[in-house]
Amino acid sequence: MGVYLQKNWPVVGLLLLLAMGLVLPLATGASAPGFYFEVLLGGLMSGVLYSLVALGLVLIFKASGVFNFAQGAMVLFAALTVARLGEVMPLPVAFLLAIVVMALVAWLVERLVLRHLVNQDAVVLLMATLGVAFFLDGFGQTLWGSDIYKIDTGLPKTPVLVAEGLFEGGILINTEDLVAAAVAGLLVLALAVFFQKTPTGRALRAVADDHQAAQSIGIPLNHIWVIVWTVAGVVALVAGMVWGSKLGVQFSLSLIALKALPVVILGGFTSVPGAILGGLIIGVGEKFAEVFFGPVLVRQFDLAGGGIENWFAYMLALVFLLVRPEGLFGEKHIDRV
Amino acid sequence: MLYRENGQFKTTYGSDQQLLPIAQDRWFVIGLIVVAYVAVPVLASDYMFRALIVPFVILAIAAIGLNILVGYCGQISLGTAAFMAVGAYAAYNFVVRLPELNFLIVLALSGGVAALVGALFGVPSLRIKGLYLAVSTLAAQFFIDWLFARVKWFTNYSSSGSVSPAPIEMLGWQVVSPVDKYLLVLSIAIVLTLAAKNLVRGHIGRAWMATRDMDVAAEVIGIRPLTAKLSAFAVSSFYAGVAGALWGFVHLGAWEPLAFNINLSLNLLFMIIIGGMGSLLGAYFGAAFIVVLPILLNQVPGWFGVPISTALASHLEAMIFGSLIVFFLIVEPHGLARLWAIGKEKLRLWPFPH
Repeated sequence: MGVYLQKNWPVVGLLLLLAMGLVLPLATGASAPGFYFEVLLGGLMSGVLYSLVALGLVLIFKASGVFNFAQGAMVLFAALTVARLGEVMPLPVAFLLAIVVMALVAWLVERLVLRHLVNQDAVVLLMATLGVAFFLDGFGQTLWGSDIYKIDTGLPKTPVLVAEGLFEGGILINTEDLVAAAVAGLLVLALAVFFQKTPTGRALRAVADDHQAAQSIGIPLNHIWVIVWTVAGVVALVAGMVWGSKLGVQFSLSLIALKALPVVILGGFTSVPGAILGGLIIGVGEKFAEVFFGPVLVRQFDLAGGGIENWFAYMLALVFLLVRPEGLFGEKHIDRV
Repeated sequence: MLYRENGQFKTTYGSDQQLLPIAQDRWFVIGLIVVAYVAVPVLASDYMFRALIVPFVILAIAAIGLNILVGYCGQISLGTAAFMAVGAYAAYNFVVRLPELNFLIVLALSGGVAALVGALFGVPSLRIKGLYLAVSTLAAQFFIDWLFARVKWFTNYSSSGSVSPAPIEMLGWQVVSPVDKYLLVLSIAIVLTLAAKNLVRGHIGRAWMATRDMDVAAEVIGIRPLTAKLSAFAVSSFYAGVAGALWGFVHLGAWEPLAFNINLSLNLLFMIIIGGMGSLLGAYFGAAFIVVLPILLNQVPGWFGVPISTALASHLEAMIFGSLIVFFLIVEPHGLARLWAIGKEKLRLWPFPH
């Protein structure tokens, strides 16, 4: 423990600082307990959404070493597909059809982009996915239209009052949010089973460990990539549906999804638990920064309004990068000439 | 036939090291500059200056800056627009607070401020690279966007948050008409391009390229990553800052905080991917392409009697940019500039294939 502290004091210090920020509003009495927990839950909720997007990123990064800038665009595209298909058919059918569409997108991406860029620099691949992202954004909106669409999941939107006995006012929770969190949990569980128990999952993990070794024992890389992009597409679909039913499906979805970048930085590029924890930290962190610390900043420095939410995640990731580049759970990387 | 270097002997070290060793290239470039200074102001309309030529020249300066960072030093940046914003707001504050300064000095100073900020956000590049760096530059983008939108001092307490500086005046020269604006940005672009060319072929440029090709190996052979990377960030941001100041003062005239958002950053990145990474010429090609394409997309379908809506045009634009980026990364990673070089090589040998 002592050695660990000695080696990792900046990370520990940073985490302690975050924890302090977490309890400070309550401890100083700056906010009523009920309100405090509502903000906390709101943060956790958007954290779950970030985690879902980040999950797709991590899956693809693990299997192919590609940092998929297009994950946000995939979320938008999938959500648009479900929303527009859902207008003419029942939602479950639309969902299944959307999975087929995402598989098609995965196949096309592998066929037209990844296959030709094997063994290229990570930065080149990143820029290629940037191109894919732009294409998908434009294509999705040309195909499905660029208005704001609703996904009606049929869930009750009425908030429930809980913990009324604990403190006055209680906490308001959206049933929808609870279902979304449960769906996210189920998805992670399903992915874990898929990766641990099925032959395909084993092949995916083998590819993640070592491309060449996996290829040499007869795992077809190209298939694996299609599969993993499809899985990421399904994750994007779920994220898009959860998000879309909450906020409506619109272009800004693909921008919010950019926040998945700092999330994976925080959690580590190759770690699924890291993506989830990172998402929660960032979701809660930015909500707290906005609600509790924003007003203080505005008052102190006479700013023209808050909006710390917009950059908090990135700055947190930046600070984190300086003290621990590989993220909370990432693998340490050693450069060799 | 005309493009041969036979008979052009290099008899001094100076002639061996000149920028354009082939006489025809020299004449071509001189001709181009003459055309730019004499023919373009006569021929182009005010609309063309405003919508095409001035933005093209300014964006080319910014693209050169980004190319120094991405193409020469290999550090990816998604935050160029933020450094442009730093330049623009710095210039605004210099003009407002020190009105007696010459605009050229203001430009240089605001470039310097942007360079400082750029170097600051480049510090993480010493520990991280590639994808990680993308996040650190994204942090710069969003943080600086927010800073200029929220901190009232930067906008001189303007109530709407947008700023509108007075027209530029230098030693009695009122830069108001589109032609004047064009001549100003053109001159600055030429000076900065020349400076960049000399930087990248000199000692610093070679250090950048070694860092790009393999940073660990570069360090082993004695290149300091600290100076190489931070100088690339600083120089790149200097160019971005100057371009930003020009973008605000000359092109936009008055601007609001969101004028320098992430879309501009991404567009600049597309310019150098399509134009050619690691090539100054490529910055010009890319800037021309990105400026012209949206206008063409808006106009051309109309000529054929199929008018398309602005929304559809912008979606099509995104699709075309996206597919072109993938296309260029796969087929010609060095972009249009490489195609130009291949064309020149073919011309040298013509009519023989080899």
